[in-house]
Amino acid sequence: MNKTVNQKAWFFVIPVFVLVAFNAIIPLMTVVNYAFQETFGNNVFMWEGTRWFKQIMLSERFHASLGRQFLFTFIILFIQIPLGIAIALTMPKEGLGVPVCLVLMSMPLLIPWNVVGAMWNIFALPDIGFLGHSLNALGFDYNFTQQIGDAWFTTILMDVWHWTSLVVLLSYAGLRSIQPAYYQAAEIDGASRWAVFTKIELPKMKKVLTIAILLRFMDSFMIYTEPFVLTGGGPGNATAFLSIDLVKMALGQFDLGPAAAMSLIYFFIVLLVCWVFYTLMMRNEGKS
Amino acid sequence: MSLELKNVEKKIGLETHIYPTNLKLQKNTINILLGSTLAGKTTLMQIMAGLDKPTSGEIWFNNENVTGMKVQKRNVSMVYQQFINYPNFTVYDNIASPLKITGVSSDETKQRVGKVAELLKLSGMLNKKPNELSGGQQQRTALARALVKDSDLILLDEPLANLDFKLREELREELPKLFENRDCIVVYATTEPSEALLLGGNTATLQEGKIIQYGKTLDTYNKPNSLVSAQVFSDPPMNIAQIKKSGDQCSFLQNDIQWKTRLNIKDGEYKVGIRPHNITTYKEGNNTLEIKGKVLISEISGSESLIHFTNGNLNWVSLSNGVFQKNVGDEMNLYMNTDEFVYFDQNERLVSNG
Repeated sequence: MNKTVNQKAWFFVIPVFVLVAFNAIIPLMTVVNYAFQETFGNNVFMWEGTRWFKQIMLSERFHASLGRQFLFTFIILFIQIPLGIAIALTMPKEGLGVPVCLVLMSMPLLIPWNVVGAMWNIFALPDIGFLGHSLNALGFDYNFTQQIGDAWFTTILMDVWHWTSLVVLLSYAGLRSIQPAYYQAAEIDGASRWAVFTKIELPKMKKVLTIAILLRFMDSFMIYTEPFVLTGGGPGNATAFLSIDLVKMALGQFDLGPAAAMSLIYFFIVLLVCWVFYTLMMRNEGKS
Repeated sequence: MSLELKNVEKKIGLETHIYPTNLKLQKNTINILLGSTLAGKTTLMQIMAGLDKPTSGEIWFNNENVTGMKVQKRNVSMVYQQFINYPNFTVYDNIASPLKITGVSSDETKQRVGKVAELLKLSGMLNKKPNELSGGQQQRTALARALVKDSDLILLDEPLANLDFKLREELREELPKLFENRDCIVVYATTEPSEALLLGGNTATLQEGKIIQYGKTLDTYNKPNSLVSAQVFSDPPMNIAQIKKSGDQCSFLQNDIQWKTRLNIKDGEYKVGIRPHNITTYKEGNNTLEIKGKVLISEISGSESLIHFTNGNLNWVSLSNGVFQKNVGDEMNLYMNTDEFVYFDQNERLVSNG
């Protein structure tokens, strides 16, 4: 059959292009614009080339906040992923317990982020907060507004409380999709509970876990609202993660050039880590 | 060696999944559980294996009561409709997995895996992972895992159901050979009568949680004890018609077709069952009794042709060899073999056949 060439089909794609242009490309290009120029009032710009990028890459302040960011993300992944899987494994598989557990698990995910921050701030206040007051009453010298360790501890605890549910729900979905015959076959083989977990459940959960890790990586790497409300980045700069630092630079100091360069670097780090991780996880999949 | 179910019953809540069942399976036999989906085949197998406990009744193996004994303590293996293999293991490790757990030496493992892999034509792909194999090869791996163990009881739960037609035909032909010379009891669940006939052995027909009939496969096929059993063991479904017998003359109530019978039964009304392949579009052998039909649907299945037609107010199905198509609405003559008619009384119990 002869195919006729008809370029009119492009018209169907135009609305998408327009939409993407407005919500992604144009704002992003503005940032790119700032990143290569010095900005003055009255729309006066001066070309600066890669100066801001060099400045950011060599800045100790950036290194420090990037380091804090990686440490934070690593810690919460290290806690939330195993904890999420463990909770999913203990959840009921049938009966009334299923909807009850699912609803309870979804609760933290439904609370607005700034409310989470505010909640934990009040909860952890050393003088009046339940957590803070109790810890002090038990003899711990706990004060997250003053002590770096306590600030980190509280931020991590808050994030674990807020986001572990997501890992639980994804893992639970992965577990439920395993056909009962797998468990029976393992039972017939006489495989131990541990063997069932490592040889059947984990490999079968690989895809949802990849998604869970990716989502948790991206979200935690870009975390802003909750620590901003909880600690405001303090004490000092102890919990000033990348985005908090970025906002300080852009809106606090109004260093638009370096801030724009930093956002682009930030963006590429997220993209790069996600791509590397996804490629590694999926390299053996789908070649059948 | 024998496996015996004594009054085994399974209820879940108020629902009865298996009605009290007695069944004795002998050593070195293939036993087919034939029935439609939800007939209770899988439940029955899981009870046999010890994966599930009966609500009441006992399971005896080799004159030992094994009711409630854990499946790990019994020497059982099972193959499922889904292709169940360890996703991260190679084919070799998959097949070897039951041996590893029981602590067989690595030399012996190697030898036994090699042997069974050859039997199932997997020798060339021992280093591959299951997701690199075709469905047929994945199921072969699962079969190999079941066979390598030398179990006393091998349960196969519709192992061919998820395979496409070609692979199913291929593996189906190899199956009888796999179970030859094995010191074990094989139980094979299927929805397809043709699979039962191919495997031979014994067949139990099941419906709605009851075993309707159990006996040698050919006997069960040729002498169904009831209409239900005959229907379970007939695909496409048997044609059923009301008849009247007086003296040595039989006739359909629907029309005036008559035939002679040697049946030694009381005069009266009966039901007759006619398997579709005993109605053909051509006169052949004993297919001599003529019936007029109007074509409803004509379809081709493999190398056979199915003609659905009406006669009187009944719908009939005929199955003939060869590939051909008839036009809907055509009037045609079809031919039936009265020797193969199966007669049932009004309670649908077998009266006699032939």
